[in-house]
Amino acid sequence: MTPEELDEIAESERGAQSHFAQRVNVCVAAGCLSCQSQSVKDGLDREANRRGIKDHCQIKSVGCMGLCAEGPLVSTSSGVLYQKVQAEDGAAILDSLDGQPVSHLVCPTDVPFFQRQKKIVLENSGVIDPERIEDYIAAEGYAALIKALTEMTPREVIDQVTKSGLRGRGGAGYPTGLKWSTVSKSVGTKKYVICNGDEGDPGAFMDRSVLESDPHRVLEGMLIAAFAVGASEGFVYVRAEYPLAVKRLRTSIRQAERVGLLGSDICGTRFSFRVDVRLGAGAFVCGEETALIASVEGKRGTPRPRPPYPAMEGLFGEPTLINNVETFANIPAIIRKGGEWYAQIGTEKSKGTKVFALAGRVQNTGLVEVPMGISLREMVFEIGGGIPEGRKFKAVQTGGPSGGCLPSDCLDMPVDYESLAKAGSIMGSGGMIVMDESSCMVDVAKYFMDFCMTESCGKCIPCRVGTYQMHRILTAIGNMAATEQDLKMLEQLCDLLKHTSLCGLGQSAPNPVVSTLRSFAEEYRAHIQDHKCPAGVCVAQSEGETA
Amino acid sequence: MSSYVAKPSPPNQDKRWKLVDATIRRQGQQARGLIETLHTVQEAFGYLDEQALRYVAMSLRVPLSRAYGVATFYHFFTLKPAGQHTCVICMGTACYIKGAPQLLDAVQRDLGIIPGETTTDKKVSLLTARCLGSCGLAPAVVYDQEVAGKVTTSAVREHLKKWASHDA
Repeated sequence: MTPEELDEIAESERGAQSHFAQRVNVCVAAGCLSCQSQSVKDGLDREANRRGIKDHCQIKSVGCMGLCAEGPLVSTSSGVLYQKVQAEDGAAILDSLDGQPVSHLVCPTDVPFFQRQKKIVLENSGVIDPERIEDYIAAEGYAALIKALTEMTPREVIDQVTKSGLRGRGGAGYPTGLKWSTVSKSVGTKKYVICNGDEGDPGAFMDRSVLESDPHRVLEGMLIAAFAVGASEGFVYVRAEYPLAVKRLRTSIRQAERVGLLGSDICGTRFSFRVDVRLGAGAFVCGEETALIASVEGKRGTPRPRPPYPAMEGLFGEPTLINNVETFANIPAIIRKGGEWYAQIGTEKSKGTKVFALAGRVQNTGLVEVPMGISLREMVFEIGGGIPEGRKFKAVQTGGPSGGCLPSDCLDMPVDYESLAKAGSIMGSGGMIVMDESSCMVDVAKYFMDFCMTESCGKCIPCRVGTYQMHRILTAIGNMAATEQDLKMLEQLCDLLKHTSLCGLGQSAPNPVVSTLRSFAEEYRAHIQDHKCPAGVCVAQSEGETA
Repeated sequence: MSSYVAKPSPPNQDKRWKLVDATIRRQGQQARGLIETLHTVQEAFGYLDEQALRYVAMSLRVPLSRAYGVATFYHFFTLKPAGQHTCVICMGTACYIKGAPQLLDAVQRDLGIIPGETTTDKKVSLLTARCLGSCGLAPAVVYDQEVAGKVTTSAVREHLKKWASHDA
């Protein structure tokens, strides 16, 4: 594959696409597929065949369009978006291509949900066919890789990433440029690049959508990273619970190998890179980088103390670069348009955009990408469309089991790494779950503690025993059987786990408790003193069943 | 490099061992391929029994204890055969907030089993998932391989009834 050949593929694909005067895109990402979007696509195909318009009207499978709650979604070349489309609506949609839209299916796109978004990571989602490399190439795909390989030195690539201000999208927000630079300076016989797609937090589905809608983008990001740090082998670690993402990723690796974008001497340079997929097997702790490395090595996913950091001694003892799916997905755009362009977006310390999975008690659930620094209020009430059924907003939970619940007085806070941390939560990987007054905060804290207790790998005692004890106390509170003494103990345990656990799982496990204790102390008090659950979720158990 | 040790032959004539052998070969018969190989076994046979664990351990030259340790560490692996149908209820945060506990309650009562168990007639296995990533469709349930979104208690009951009545 040479740059000229890539241009040729792009040209011929664009040429082929321009033959179609009309286009109908059907979302075939997991959200819409589970609302039978495949039968919608088949229905449209059949109808187009019957009418014999297949040569000028293209029916295309595309990735996620974002508004998962209203699926299956269909968009047309005349710029109309349809929601809740059924297989039998095919004829009406094809009829409408030359005339008025089908009014009862139209999904308004002039609403904040669509208008307030800024798409970088998701720019191709819902536009290109995720199972065709030609489509990605026609949308400027792999141009950044060619640019990096032919016009830039590894140092210059890292400089651009540093300039962009991009920070790790997995949750901790470590500067990506710095990480790359450390790995590039490390000495080893071989270096590895790992893409962390072990999206374990309940309530997060950003990585899945990116892998399902635009898998080549992630591969391109990994290739550029490998070139920059001098790695020759890579792994994508994906949850086995995401079969569609795994399938599309494997397809895209095969396609990239076929056209010579993966393998030896890529683009006639001396750069060689191979990628393999590794399936996670359902262990939340494997999102932690040292545990993930153990898992890729075929072992139990238990973390180890750091340092040495994976950048020095990672996979098989060699220097390893680990980044999240979304981090890699940002790279092609940064290289194509330059670090400075990226740094203009977002806030002073948190640059660029962030993809959030908006879910829970909110009108518009789905996938959104917004510039950093947007306020929580805009997220929940404008993009999210507010709380359904006229209920009252209570809290928004970010960061999954490692994050916290933010109450209504945090609504005007900007969403960036620092502000969220100051408010007692974390950015996390991007799950954002909205809760209304029907949720009991003690119950929510108990839910997350139950999760951490089950997911604790058992290697270090503070986490293994501490999460169990905290869960026991929270259960007692929920059963209205706790005392003030228990509450004190709970607070002490929060502190203990935070400071003495081995890895991020244990260190952040108390976060949901700490943040709810801080903002919703009166709910805890109501359970303990008045034996009442204000939200009516917890029910007192009889004596024998408690604790 | 360790000296060449002949790979053991599969425990029986079952054709599915060919798939397992292919994965073992692709992983270069090395210990690092343990998880990938277990995935293949589970995909082919539905679960990991002692015979399979012994075979995989010997083929990859790892102690049986390590194969067992890995198989029990990860939730995705199961050591027991599943029922004819599986019903997975997502307990992710979004689903939890939108009523997954009530769904689970209803199913548990109807089937008389708890998550991880199979009904005595081997018809239905009940499982819970940490998060399916279908949060936009909460609460979500997976019937066999098919994800259903915005599931209500009556819908899940109806589906289970359908399984119980027809198909043998």
